[in-house]
Amino acid sequence: MASLDDLKKRIASVKSTQKITKAMKMVAAAKLRKAQESAEKGRPYSEKMNNVILNLSSGISDKENAPKLLSGTGNDKVHLCVVMTSDRGLCGGFNSNIIKKAKSYFSKILSEGKELKIITVGSKGNDQLKRMYGDKIIENISFKESKNANYFDADKVGKIVIDKFENSEFDICTIFYNQFKNVITQIPQAQQIIPLNSEDSEDNTSEESYEFEPDEDEILSNLLPKNISTQIFKAMLENSASEQGSRMSAMDNATRNAGEMVDKLTIQYNRSRQAAITKELIEIISGAESL
Amino acid sequence: MSEEFKIEIVNPEKSFLVKDDVSEVVVPAYEGEMGILKDHISIISFLKPGIIKILSKSGDESYYIEDGIVEFKNNNLSILTSSIFNIADIDKFKQQDLLKQAEEESGKEEISDQSRYLIDQKIEVLKTLN
Repeated sequence: MASLDDLKKRIASVKSTQKITKAMKMVAAAKLRKAQESAEKGRPYSEKMNNVILNLSSGISDKENAPKLLSGTGNDKVHLCVVMTSDRGLCGGFNSNIIKKAKSYFSKILSEGKELKIITVGSKGNDQLKRMYGDKIIENISFKESKNANYFDADKVGKIVIDKFENSEFDICTIFYNQFKNVITQIPQAQQIIPLNSEDSEDNTSEESYEFEPDEDEILSNLLPKNISTQIFKAMLENSASEQGSRMSAMDNATRNAGEMVDKLTIQYNRSRQAAITKELIEIISGAESL
Repeated sequence: MSEEFKIEIVNPEKSFLVKDDVSEVVVPAYEGEMGILKDHISIISFLKPGIIKILSKSGDESYYIEDGIVEFKNNNLSILTSSIFNIADIDKFKQQDLLKQAEEESGKEEISDQSRYLIDQKIEVLKTLN
């Protein structure tokens, strides 16, 4: 049985941990509001972009000569996976959920005998993946310096992906991120961005024909690289909202658990204090009796 | 019959501008400036660096953009751009700053003809701003 002094120290330490988790929860809540707002504000852009591309690709008559970013290389030998995680920990299952999703995808690809290449965005993902798939990671990008997700960063990742595609380093590109549903629920997503998977998106193309200036091909070949960056940016926004949401609920749980622990320890402390008093009393009384 | 239509400008971060009393918009399309009035045919085009002029009942506005896509359909004009500035907000410093950036970029050796064309455009437009 721990001594009274030990118990006192433990209670104090749990209490100060509780203070930290509580503060982290509040910070996360404030950041979440911002991140959620920017995720919502960013949606029109990617939706519009998607619409335009759908309209364009349905207008293309010559599928054979369509840009490769749209139709693919015709192979599916080399897979590139962009795994997007956070740079900070203490956010519950946020990172492990993405990694789990990614790992099951990796093993599926490898069991089919295909080649795998990984780009990690965010240092936590890199930490978790480098033990098992260290030789497959070709690039590790981290945006520790930037406070919020911004388009400039997304564009950087997009350019790397497109460069690699143009050098024919891979055939299919998939990005992994957490989609923000609400504070408690984040859904890990695997989204194929090259070649563009038009079956995913809702069918809202109109029958109306557009006039194009310059011609479709040229617009498409300009638009598609932009779309890659846009999709990555969208993933980054969703991710940052998810990260804060996940951290908030994780810290909320931690605060509650710490509270329960303090209660339990306090009861234990009081009991052993009473036991010590009773013991002393018995000693005094029996001492007096024997006189 | 009103002669007005709706315009929406979005950048990746947010919906930048929404107006529904626009009478004419002039955009710097890739193959030359293009004026859009109500009931224009559906069109998709992309933009080169230049100035968007928006004429509306509530006042005229001008924006400087560096790239973008324009889509017009059913009297809805959407412009997607990643860099847009209100001309009124661009002061001398900002303009010099952008100009310097563009000039630096054009100094690079290994850029394609197309991007060189775009950068030259950018420099030209920036010079006319003040």
